[in-house]
Amino acid sequence: MLEIKNLSASIGDKEILRGVNLVVPDGEIHAIMGPNGAGKSTLSYVLSGREGYEVTGGSAFYNGQDLLAMEPEERATAGVFLAFQYPVELPGVGNANFIRTALNSVRRARGEAELDAVAFLKLARSAIKSLSMPDDMLKRNVNVGFSGGEKKRNEVLQMALLQPGFAILDETDSGLDIDALKIVADGVNALRGAKFSALVITHYQRLLDHIVPDYVHVLAAGKIVRSGGPELALELEARGYAGLEAA
Amino acid sequence: MTALPTRKLEAWRYTDLKNLAAISFTEAKPAKIVAPLPDLGIPRIVFVNGSYNAALSTPPEFMSPFVKVVDESVLPLVQINAAHAHDGVTIDVPANIDAGAVLLISYANTEMPIAFHPRHRVVLGAGAKLTIIEVAMGQGVYWHNPVTDITLHEGAALGHYRLQDESTEAFHLATIRAQISATAAYESFSLVIGAKLSRAEFHATLTGPNASTHLNAAQLLRGRQHADFTSVVAHKAPTCASRQTVKSVLSDHSRGVFQGRIEVAQIAQKTDGYQMNQALLLSPHAEIDIKPELEIFADDVKCSHGATIGALDPEQIFYLRSRGIPEDQARSILIRAFLTEALEPVTHEAARIFLEDAIETWWARK
Repeated sequence: MLEIKNLSASIGDKEILRGVNLVVPDGEIHAIMGPNGAGKSTLSYVLSGREGYEVTGGSAFYNGQDLLAMEPEERATAGVFLAFQYPVELPGVGNANFIRTALNSVRRARGEAELDAVAFLKLARSAIKSLSMPDDMLKRNVNVGFSGGEKKRNEVLQMALLQPGFAILDETDSGLDIDALKIVADGVNALRGAKFSALVITHYQRLLDHIVPDYVHVLAAGKIVRSGGPELALELEARGYAGLEAA
Repeated sequence: MTALPTRKLEAWRYTDLKNLAAISFTEAKPAKIVAPLPDLGIPRIVFVNGSYNAALSTPPEFMSPFVKVVDESVLPLVQINAAHAHDGVTIDVPANIDAGAVLLISYANTEMPIAFHPRHRVVLGAGAKLTIIEVAMGQGVYWHNPVTDITLHEGAALGHYRLQDESTEAFHLATIRAQISATAAYESFSLVIGAKLSRAEFHATLTGPNASTHLNAAQLLRGRQHADFTSVVAHKAPTCASRQTVKSVLSDHSRGVFQGRIEVAQIAQKTDGYQMNQALLLSPHAEIDIKPELEIFADDVKCSHGATIGALDPEQIFYLRSRGIPEDQARSILIRAFLTEALEPVTHEAARIFLEDAIETWWARK
């Protein structure tokens, strides 16, 4: 369970989050929608521990652990996963090696045995197949020369293999065509279960047709201004954010 | 003895030998081997404190004993080597023979400062093949001043992979001269992790059409280590290719130097010359000096030089850490990736594994 209480954060002098309150119980998927500059990406970076963001107040606990006091890698091994809006290219680093190193870091932290190259490839190939991804995805350098859609699918592949307890998808739908969108949604839906929860950050209703959220929240000017069921996304799609910001 | 070069010489502008000049060297004594010597299951030639050690060696075929040479080189260190060389190895592979791989080790262990000046010669007949994996290692204060002369006849191929892992109190000044005939290939890679001060100076001459060479290197330095990679590639025939990728990873107060000159003679049309130097500065006190020189007398050539100096990318580090990979390991992964291109000429699998292990070891040493 993720519990965010009154979370405020700034970049330099600029206050971005102004008291976010949010609880995502296990087994649920929550969507966060909102206009540009509302703080959606900042929320995902603060939760995953990226440098450059100063938490000025409030707290974020995951399964009772104080996320904000943990290093990024500790958050990851505790089960938090961020699917990047802009996945980073790593020239010279093979994708298979990268994902295996990540998986073994997580397994080590969980007290599980590390996977050798053969066992890993077997696992990775079956994940690739079920996500309808091209086979050479593992052989290439991490995200180097990948199209926008391939980068996002690579994020989903990592998520599928790392099996996080809580995933943040930061505008994973941006730049995706409808087929890629379905693949990404299938990847998330496959993880759905009593021990998995997710925060899906998106601009558009479109992704939420495929990943049906339990709750939808609207983030505007650094605060959650409205929460509701999946129907809220439809309402936003029809009316836009303008009215909400005024309220 | 010929005087050591000083910084007044343009070729020695970035590397100062005054600390070496201040040392008085004594006669080498038989040394105790206190470190495990690498064994790759291939013929092994071992020198201890500059002298051939038969007991530790399993010599390859085509090896013959040292012969004193006359050398009219103008290079000061080669002159010093010629005056003092008393040992070395000669490998002479007949035409069309694939002589496999050989491991050449220089090990030093001394309590008093010593100097040794081995003279190695490698000759490959037309179409012959050989891989040399060279390791220089040791303990104590010493000066290792090897000169290696390489002659590749038509169509011969030499892979020359060097690990310089000398004592951090040692001076390593190596000169490698290669004559590369038509269609012959000299593929070299040097991994520099040791010595207090080191220089590897390559003189590669491409003498026949379609000769090619890689002069690649990686320098991994820390503390106050200084490493200099100097190359002079002379294109003296048409349609030859020379490629140099030199990568430096510099931490603490270390200093890397790259000086590369490409000389293209008028006859050497369609020359393809490439130099790339990239440095990762891991500390604000580290320094890299890069001096490329192109001297081109032909009109139809492709010669390029590029240099980049940077630090590790925090975005990349965060991406790795966000996947559960500890920060230290994330840095090490990115540094390994940075080095990958330089290791390209190392096609011999055992050599590659050996060098990659050495990189791992460097990282773990701290």
